[in-house]
Amino acid sequence: MEYSFSKDDLAKIDEIKSRYPEVMPATLPVLWLAQDKFGHVNEEVQKLVAETLDLPVSHVHGVAEFYTQYYKKEMGKFVLDVCTCLSCHIGGGYDILKHLEKTLGIKAGGTTNDGLFSLQEVECLGACGYAPMMQINNDVFVNHLTPEKTDQVVEGLRKGKYPEFESIAMPLNPNTSASKETV
Amino acid sequence: MSTPLDWKGYEPVLIPKISGLHQIDIYEKNGGYESLREVLLNKTKWPDAVSVVNEVKEANIRGRGGAGFNAGLKWSFMPPVDGGPRYLACNGDESEPGTFKDRKIFEYNPHLFIEGALIAAYAMSISTVYVYIRGEYRSFIQMMEKAVSDAYAKGYIGKNILGSGFSTEMVVHSGAGAYICGEETSLLESLEGKRGYPRVKPPFPAQRGLWGRPTTINNIETLANVPLVIKNGASWFKTIGAETHPGPVLYGISGHVNRPGVYELPSGMPILTLIQDVAGGMRNGKRIKAVIPGGSSTPVLRGDALEGVNMDADSLRQAGSMMGTAGMVIMDEDTDMVEVLWRISKFYHHESCGQCTPCREGTGWLEKILDKIMHGDGETRDLDLLLDVTTQMEGRTICALADAAAWPVRYTISRFREEFEARCRKSVYALA
Ligand SMILES: Cc1cc2nc3c(=O)[nH]c(=O)nc-3n(C[C@H](O)[C@H](O)[C@H](O)COP(=O)(O)O)c2cc1C
Ligand code: SF4
Ligand code: FES
Repeated sequence: MEYSFSKDDLAKIDEIKSRYPEVMPATLPVLWLAQDKFGHVNEEVQKLVAETLDLPVSHVHGVAEFYTQYYKKEMGKFVLDVCTCLSCHIGGGYDILKHLEKTLGIKAGGTTNDGLFSLQEVECLGACGYAPMMQINNDVFVNHLTPEKTDQVVEGLRKGKYPEFESIAMPLNPNTSASKETV
Repeated sequence: MSTPLDWKGYEPVLIPKISGLHQIDIYEKNGGYESLREVLLNKTKWPDAVSVVNEVKEANIRGRGGAGFNAGLKWSFMPPVDGGPRYLACNGDESEPGTFKDRKIFEYNPHLFIEGALIAAYAMSISTVYVYIRGEYRSFIQMMEKAVSDAYAKGYIGKNILGSGFSTEMVVHSGAGAYICGEETSLLESLEGKRGYPRVKPPFPAQRGLWGRPTTINNIETLANVPLVIKNGASWFKTIGAETHPGPVLYGISGHVNRPGVYELPSGMPILTLIQDVAGGMRNGKRIKAVIPGGSSTPVLRGDALEGVNMDADSLRQAGSMMGTAGMVIMDEDTDMVEVLWRISKFYHHESCGQCTPCREGTGWLEKILDKIMHGDGETRDLDLLLDVTTQMEGRTICALADAAAWPVRYTISRFREEFEARCRKSVYALA
């Protein structure tokens, strides 16, 4: 695959650069831009980013390696990041992970043969009160998972139905109003 | 405290019950950006930047990012203006397990935080504000980007704000998955576009921060309190909650309770009240076995030692723990403490940046030994080995991650020793 940035991308990259007094701080945002466009930031993409920003390839490589959200290789079309950290663990996060391993027929860290799903075990995503949960493609959170809900999400994705952002209502002071209500 | 806390009638101020408050016009209709306007334009009340710093210092907003340091006092450490750039880095990394509160501000009241950051910028003569948000919060980052651009459009951010002559820029910056970037100097490295390796202190960020220039780092919730202090005064702020740790707190409650979630209430709430009355009690009527009060690094408390313990720095210190981020993890009687500790240790091992040997090696050993004990292959002497490893980690590293990894091991073992011993085979010397 030939990797390159379009004219629009380059304009966006110029805008990103203008936010900082130096070029280097653009590394993370431009890696994000590249990943959103190409689906991953493998070594070739890292090279493209380095050349575009006129930074050493070793620098961009080091950054891409350091941060877990950058995919250093091609991933499935849908990347399922299941949280098994503290609150999700005590809420059954590993049961969800195992359930997905079984239904998808892969181990955490793997990708299905049809290239549709990658499964990963991840650390706390900041949704501890809504455990167990997972994140899809570095984007929406799916909360309060049960095996049934997990199956529904997977089936939905197969049909191209991407879950929507779940707004969690702020539970209010139980003494001043009904317990769950949107602000 | 002698007087019982009046929490039942408490009306939220960080996340008030106003629908659509995240929209700038609704925020303005409810008095939003009035504190900023006052500070910039009412020279009788706020003659200079120092008067703002002093009011915030007086309010004693203790940092909500974990360390609990007085925000105004921190601001006063910024060196005198020398004409060069100065920065504010807002910490929205929110990665400590059990913590999920700043996202409520991003979603429900982003302008309160923006207004607070702008007041801080004025108070410290700051030319650019960076809002660092963990990369996993993509949805919340988009909400913040919208809020910041709306605030620009209304002239609250940018050149000559509200005709006051004061100018400052604001940039939202996404992380990319690394817990360590919540540590303040790691966050600066990450903002500079590098790997998030924490820096040796001193020099402190106020002396040399972003690009070698004076920088202050504050948590999102800390800054959201600022417009309230400006509007209602430090004396009002100090009437809320615990005397030595005043103000509203976003309590994030997770684990085995009926109604987990983020609740805004005064500081100093009794832990048992938070569990029984606020979060709807324990699921299935089970007993409370353990509570981690302020995120995974804060020492666990036993369920039978919660009477009289309140969520403020002093009360928690007496009880043998810390306030941290007020991210409370509640565990019931069926919880396996060996597994819980193993999972916490696995987290810190995964997140250690690897710069310091005691942390890189120590976190690995903790996880490995706990894994062994969890699988029934441990011996009682391994418990002493674990404690020995923590001793070699604490206070010997560049940043506090090593301590954060060591404390849970030290305190979970000492407070639930019987459970750990029951999982271990007796060591030969122990039998002798
Ligand atoms: C390993 C580590 C991780 C941290 N993570 C966060 C974080 O995610 N969010 C945060 O606000 N502070 C975090 N902190 C605390 C920051 O270093 C810093 O004290 C804080 O952002 C200052 O803001 P405050 O004074 O308003 O609380 C962390 C500290 C350490 C040692
Ligand atoms: S203590 Fe751990 S996380 Fe902190 S700088 Fe050292 S190795 Fe990195
Ligand atoms: S522990 Fe899973 S989101 Fe925090």
